[in-house]
Amino acid sequence: MKPGVPLSLPAVRQQLDELLEVEYSFRDTAQPAAAIAALPAERQARLISWIRRIASTHVELGYQVACRGVAAQALMAPDDFEAWIFHSMDRYDAEGLRPALRVIEQYRQFAGQQQARSRGALLQEHEGVLSHFLRGLSGRPLKLSAADTIHTDSETLFLPPLLAGLPTPGQNFQLYKVTCALLWAQIRFGSFRPLLSLNAPDPGLLALYHAMELLRLKACLRRALPGLHRQLEQICQALGEAALPAEWTGLLARLETPETQATDVLVLARQQLGRLTPYPSTGQPIILDLEAVRTCMQVRIEKERARFKVALNSLLEELPGNVREKRPSRFTKQREEDPSVPEGFRVEILLDDMPAPLPDEVQALQRSILLDLGEIPDDYLQPAGPGDYDSALLRDPTRDADDVWRGSYHEEGAHLYDEWDFQRRHYRKNWCAVREREITPLYDDFAARTLAKHHGLVKHLRKTFEAMRHENRLLKRQPEGDGVDIDALVEALADAHLGFEMTERLLTRMQRNERNIAVVFMVDMSGSTKGWINDAERESLLLLCEALQSLGDRYAIYGFSGMTRKRCELFHIKHFEEPYSELIRGRISAIEPQDYTRMGFAIRHLSRVLQQTEAKTRLLITLSDGKPDDYDGYRGQYGIEDTRRALIEARRGGIHPYCITIDEQARDYLPHLYGPAAYSVVDDVRALPLKVSDIYRRLTR
Amino acid sequence: MRTFRLDEYRIEDEPYYQPTGDEIELFEAAYRNQLPLLLKGPTGCGKTRFMEYMAWWLKRPLITVSCHDDLTASDLVGRYLIKGGETSWIDGPLTQAVKAGGICYLDEIVEARKDTMVVIHPLADDRRVLPIEKLGTLIEADPEFAIAISYNPGYQSVLKDLKQSTRQRFVALEFNYPGAALEGEIVMRESGLDRELAGRLVKFAGMTRNLKGSGLEEGASTRLLVHAAKLMVAGVNPVSACQGAIAQALTDDPEMLASVNELSSSLF
Repeated sequence: MKPGVPLSLPAVRQQLDELLEVEYSFRDTAQPAAAIAALPAERQARLISWIRRIASTHVELGYQVACRGVAAQALMAPDDFEAWIFHSMDRYDAEGLRPALRVIEQYRQFAGQQQARSRGALLQEHEGVLSHFLRGLSGRPLKLSAADTIHTDSETLFLPPLLAGLPTPGQNFQLYKVTCALLWAQIRFGSFRPLLSLNAPDPGLLALYHAMELLRLKACLRRALPGLHRQLEQICQALGEAALPAEWTGLLARLETPETQATDVLVLARQQLGRLTPYPSTGQPIILDLEAVRTCMQVRIEKERARFKVALNSLLEELPGNVREKRPSRFTKQREEDPSVPEGFRVEILLDDMPAPLPDEVQALQRSILLDLGEIPDDYLQPAGPGDYDSALLRDPTRDADDVWRGSYHEEGAHLYDEWDFQRRHYRKNWCAVREREITPLYDDFAARTLAKHHGLVKHLRKTFEAMRHENRLLKRQPEGDGVDIDALVEALADAHLGFEMTERLLTRMQRNERNIAVVFMVDMSGSTKGWINDAERESLLLLCEALQSLGDRYAIYGFSGMTRKRCELFHIKHFEEPYSELIRGRISAIEPQDYTRMGFAIRHLSRVLQQTEAKTRLLITLSDGKPDDYDGYRGQYGIEDTRRALIEARRGGIHPYCITIDEQARDYLPHLYGPAAYSVVDDVRALPLKVSDIYRRLTR
Repeated sequence: MRTFRLDEYRIEDEPYYQPTGDEIELFEAAYRNQLPLLLKGPTGCGKTRFMEYMAWWLKRPLITVSCHDDLTASDLVGRYLIKGGETSWIDGPLTQAVKAGGICYLDEIVEARKDTMVVIHPLADDRRVLPIEKLGTLIEADPEFAIAISYNPGYQSVLKDLKQSTRQRFVALEFNYPGAALEGEIVMRESGLDRELAGRLVKFAGMTRNLKGSGLEEGASTRLLVHAAKLMVAGVNPVSACQGAIAQALTDDPEMLASVNELSSSLF
């Protein structure tokens, strides 16, 4: 196509027909082609390129974009247009075709929202800051979640995904912040406590109570967080909030005194019921979802009661035996006045009249109980054995990775990683559900057999690796140092006698050359490794571990395998901190071929693992037998491009990836993935055990 | 400007130190019994100030060495220098303290290279001697000599842990941030800030300590509070003071910085 000249109608139609597979469907491209052909060249090219990208996800989506693209392009700036397409693709990934089509259809609405977005604040963007902020405010961690209404169940704060009520993004963020603070204040200043014991309360009463409570909470915030309260007032002003109705102002003084507690407000609300009506607020109101609060609190109270009593019990059990025998120990509590907390007092738990040494997590528990109940009830101080309670109360449920396929969930407890779609030229969000799994060690004669078989090699490797251990070296003829270099000194004195200038380099200095390397070995456990490749891999790993023992580098070993994006598995063979032991040998022995070779997720996850260790040099070495390949379209160029993308991400994070493969065709694609110098092809599988250690030695020399 | 030899310098004025427990009695008893001391605690909670206070109280010279990862045994013990064709020996700070009967305080000992530990071992048990390998001599410590090391157990690195053979030689004193009221007092006393603002600063410190482990490695130390308070007394507005003296000192992570700044702007 010549630049500057738009395509003719037949040319456009032909392109669309190809992209949208018209031959096999009843789609009619006459109308969209006519509209597209009328566009100027640049816009035409851009739109067709977008149609190509989205059609790679689903042809129907491509057709719908072809039909609506011209109108949408006219309505939206290029950035917004792009966001619209990506939003649709994300919906397709997450929920399927129908919701994705709806996004395409509702492009007008999207354009409108996009404008709101440009001045609004997104919860998603500010979630990190807000949750740290809340964590700082109170010890109990609070979660944030997007919802249509603003409320809290006392563990999660529900906020709208987008706030755009104020003119600038900064102000809208502040709106999020003060809303969070008000919700937090409901929990911190005990708004829910008096409601727990109410039986089927009158909705009118609740609404009135809630409106009064908000006034009390604002006063509490003014005392506790004056800066925030100022911001709150500014926001109210910017929102154009009306002044308090006259009949309410009389109550204000009562509600605002520090002594007024939530119970007093409830009494007041009862008195005023029928006389006062809650006044409407301008912005989106904070609502009170009593049912959610009750359910959530009841579960938590029950749980924490059990945990607290069990914790006290284990405290008793830790006492030395002679103390226990003398007399039964008793927990009591003591109130200490403390005006700096909302309750006005602190509770200290005493054991036989001495302050009890509560571990941190029990102290956190105590704070949480105090938040819910306002005190530590007496029966909480009776220790109880763990047998007295259902174990589900005492432990948080953990999901077993094996349940993934038995149950219906696939994302719970997994790390989610994006995956690169080269046709879209964009990431598929949270596409892969990655889990770390344990390998049951197999204690057979594999280790002994291998070590016997490669007896000579092991010895050789140990020796060469030992030679690489940079011990401290004594540097001679240094200008500064710890000791005197006698040779240099003798020479220098001779020089001085002869009338030459004496050198200053007369000292010795120890130079330490610590190897500061962390390496992760990523081992292909796909089904294709079955048989001798698997044996060779296991032998290589064993020899490598033996060799690395004498070198002292920090290393971890993980196996990887995948079966569709929903089951990406990393098998943990050795963590960084684990010492090389019988257990590790057992796990190596138990490495078995699994499913497919999905590589991107493994590189991404292990890069993250590597990033978390402290080291000067970080290496990610892959042992593989072939191209990336998986069941759900992760083959050919898609798999290669995603892997390449993952490697680029890793390199950007300061990691050096390297690949050792036995695939003879690897020279065709590995340079594209790892770069020309970052891979080795081992032609003979039997040589793998020697080669792996040898390559590692050369790499890190 | 006055210049002192390390082993002659005495702290003349009483340093301000607010005890939080019986650490003064414990230190004194250990000192009288020639036991070495290990001060544990997070950074900026008053370990160094406590050492100054004890040195003043016991009227001994205090020789502080801040350990870093290039600190060698020679840096502590001493080394040869060459002057005009002759060698001369210079005592290191530890040797000076051993000879003069001073208190040698090795700050953040885990940062030092491992060979330095070996040097302090014979000083830290009942032998109380300092072998100087290069001179082939052994120095018996002065009866008034004491050794104290400090250590921050908050560093979660395996590489930077104190070995059992080292830690089991020492009487350990645990330090922590003082309670809110006391910390307020300390901030007021050190900076001259009024009670109201000092109280809010302490509250702010509490908020940052809530964040420890979920994004921050450490909460704000008492020392940082004093810095912020001094800036506030000098007329800097409180939010900027907290931002400069506390938030930026705690983290580089932009998201965390934003959160910490939102917390301080909520308080002032």
